[in-house]
Amino acid sequence: MNTIRLIIVAVGGQGNLLAAKVLGEAALAAGVPVRMSEIHGMAQRGGVVESAVVIGQAGSSLISDGEADILLGFEPSETLRALGKCHRDTVVITNLAPLPPFTVAIGKGVYPDLDRVQALIREKTKRLIAFDAVALAKAAGNVMALNMVLLGALIETGLLPITAEEVQTAIRTKTKADLAKVNLQAFALGMEAAQKAA
Amino acid sequence: MHKLLTDEPGATLLLLGNEAIARGALEAGVAFATTYPGTPSSEISLNLFQISRQSELYFEYSTNEKVALEVAAGAANAGLRTFCMMKHVGLNVAADPLMTLAYVGVRGGLVILSADDPAMFSSQNEQDNRYYAKMAGLPMLEPSSVQEAMEMVRAAFDLSEQLQEPVIVRTTTRINHSSGFVRLGELKKPVTRGYFKKDPMNYVTVPAVSRKLHVKLLANLEKAAAVSEQSAFNQSIGQGAWGVVCNGVSLNYVQDAVQELGVTDRIRILRMGMSNPMPAERVKTFLRECEKVLVVEEGEPFMEEAVKALAQEAGLTLPINGKRADLFSRLYEFDPALVRRVMAKYFGLPYQEKAKLDLSNVPEVPARPPNLCAGCSHRATFYAIKKAAEGLDTVYPNDIGCYTLGFLPPLSMGDFLICMGSSVSSACGLSRATDQKVIGFIGDSTFFHSGITGLVNAVYNNHNFTLVILDNGTTAMTGHQPHPGVDMAALKMDGYNRISIEAVVRAVGVSHVTVIEPFKVKKSIAAIKEALAHKGVSVIISQEICTLYARSLKHPKQRPFRISDRCKNHRECISALGCPAFSLEGDKVRIDANACVGCAVCAQICPENAIVRVKAEG
Repeated sequence: MNTIRLIIVAVGGQGNLLAAKVLGEAALAAGVPVRMSEIHGMAQRGGVVESAVVIGQAGSSLISDGEADILLGFEPSETLRALGKCHRDTVVITNLAPLPPFTVAIGKGVYPDLDRVQALIREKTKRLIAFDAVALAKAAGNVMALNMVLLGALIETGLLPITAEEVQTAIRTKTKADLAKVNLQAFALGMEAAQKAA
Repeated sequence: MHKLLTDEPGATLLLLGNEAIARGALEAGVAFATTYPGTPSSEISLNLFQISRQSELYFEYSTNEKVALEVAAGAANAGLRTFCMMKHVGLNVAADPLMTLAYVGVRGGLVILSADDPAMFSSQNEQDNRYYAKMAGLPMLEPSSVQEAMEMVRAAFDLSEQLQEPVIVRTTTRINHSSGFVRLGELKKPVTRGYFKKDPMNYVTVPAVSRKLHVKLLANLEKAAAVSEQSAFNQSIGQGAWGVVCNGVSLNYVQDAVQELGVTDRIRILRMGMSNPMPAERVKTFLRECEKVLVVEEGEPFMEEAVKALAQEAGLTLPINGKRADLFSRLYEFDPALVRRVMAKYFGLPYQEKAKLDLSNVPEVPARPPNLCAGCSHRATFYAIKKAAEGLDTVYPNDIGCYTLGFLPPLSMGDFLICMGSSVSSACGLSRATDQKVIGFIGDSTFFHSGITGLVNAVYNNHNFTLVILDNGTTAMTGHQPHPGVDMAALKMDGYNRISIEAVVRAVGVSHVTVIEPFKVKKSIAAIKEALAHKGVSVIISQEICTLYARSLKHPKQRPFRISDRCKNHRECISALGCPAFSLEGDKVRIDANACVGCAVCAQICPENAIVRVKAEG
């Protein structure tokens, strides 16, 4: 099995750690080796949170700059910030609903134009799948299901040796019971969105 | 049932490194566990805390790491298997008991876990705690994977009992916060009652006893060296003439590099899983098979210097390198590409760096530093202090916790910080040495950890500053652990007592003590002004629950605020508070109703009274 390296970037509180965990549980059920690493602590107070997911035989659980095969971004400016993790054949999936950092409000920096963000990512990588995942999470019933929407889009690409059924089972067993229905709906909407984007 | 109590030997679970470590202790039959929380170690204790409520395990959050290790030393010398965990800088706090506990030794197995943080993801330094093992003369184990973290912690208990010495397990953030598949072993039933057998001539460390105990420690270290020579944790992998000595997560990067560079038959790896004492004969045998050696270790040249010394003993002159300007740095953490590149360079392998993307036309993305949460009580306190201290030449020593983030603009309330508790004691020095008004900040948990002794010093030596104790009712930064001032009844836990910060401060002899509610802005500012005017030590206790903690306790949510038409765009709210619920929509100030928790601080400072509470629906 080839090694596939996936980077997930998000803003603290967007639920990327749970997304990685669900993916890991699905990989366990699928018998696919996986190692993941994440950053906790101070970084979680509204800062950038990054998870690395390495699927396949490699021993490392870290991903160096320029070596991510897939970049899954929960926030468009964070996806752009993480572009250094990508190479020319990277597939990028991003939510398009912005969450401007506070520094913008106090005049320290300008939030990048969304069309330009997409054009830049398209120009430099193999493929971009971009859509408003927050709207889909809301449509599924809870804005917190953003992570499951993006997980749906990721699985739809078929780049991972993990099936939708395996992820759905993990969602059912590893996310809060009262949210499982919303999460499954969000996952389905994410798959649909990625299909349309194809 | 807690997932780490899964009684299915051979089953495979997806575990966080810190969960695997906790499981390892359970498989060793741990009976007693102590800690002070600190990233990246915190989830180990969090899991053991939960498990202690549904098993025979005794667990406690001790007031600091020194206390935690001393409590553990008592339990282990009463014969119980004991686990004491902390972050790397915590071992500095516990260093005093550590050094002499090594002389005294233990009866029941005692494992000390030190979670180091290379690259300082959540720490004030990146010290390399392997030197503590060397300095104390204690065995040290270092896992390279999540699976191995569990196995080594389990084995460390046996080793500790075999040698009658504490054993240190050293991890790094990329072990603690990595997840992987872990194959479970058998859970072992703990022995939960001990008995302390008196033996003062071996337990009471007066000089005459300690002189004898040091001899015993060195003899134990000899035994440990013999164990290290035989230990399966020290592995030799491969048959090549190019040697790589490595430890911890670096093993994975080295093995991946060997594959990717296609040099499986040319590289010979010595992985040091038991890094103190090092297996001298194994190292010499390894060196004899090599033409040149690269030492791959994050942090300090701990192994490199030892390996070079052993080469000298063996009369070997082969090149041995590691930390060098053109090879590895002592700074930060390694990553797979870095190790691959350095290995290719050192061994003269053809290596084409993968083409990096040209990012020259990508605009700079605005920074997203961590920030105090919307509705954080610390923000309100910082604002009130700043207002009350207007016109004074102030210095703000800060301390370790969420409130450290107050040093960032626009609050900019933090001028000096070195370690837990330093806000109080450095304030003593700063105020004595200058004519500036010194105002220190310390959190509730940090106050209990190491603020009280500084405060006693301040009163005794009659220093002149104001200390602000930010009491948000929990240990917030590390994930809401309890501390001695926490209301345990609110957590539905009995068997605890609660210590009042105010009573402690008064008992210490502070003559000017003020308790404020920081969400009442005007009242707070007035009370703070009085405290600042006091000559001598004054203490302000700012009481308001952590907003995230309140949410987890299911406190009723306040209605959020919105910007009304009265807004004249002074933007005092944004520029003075820096609350993340605020943003600009075009030219207009906006409050995100989902983020706002209704603390009402912004509404009290708006010169136009333009910030109003959203009306209740219906």
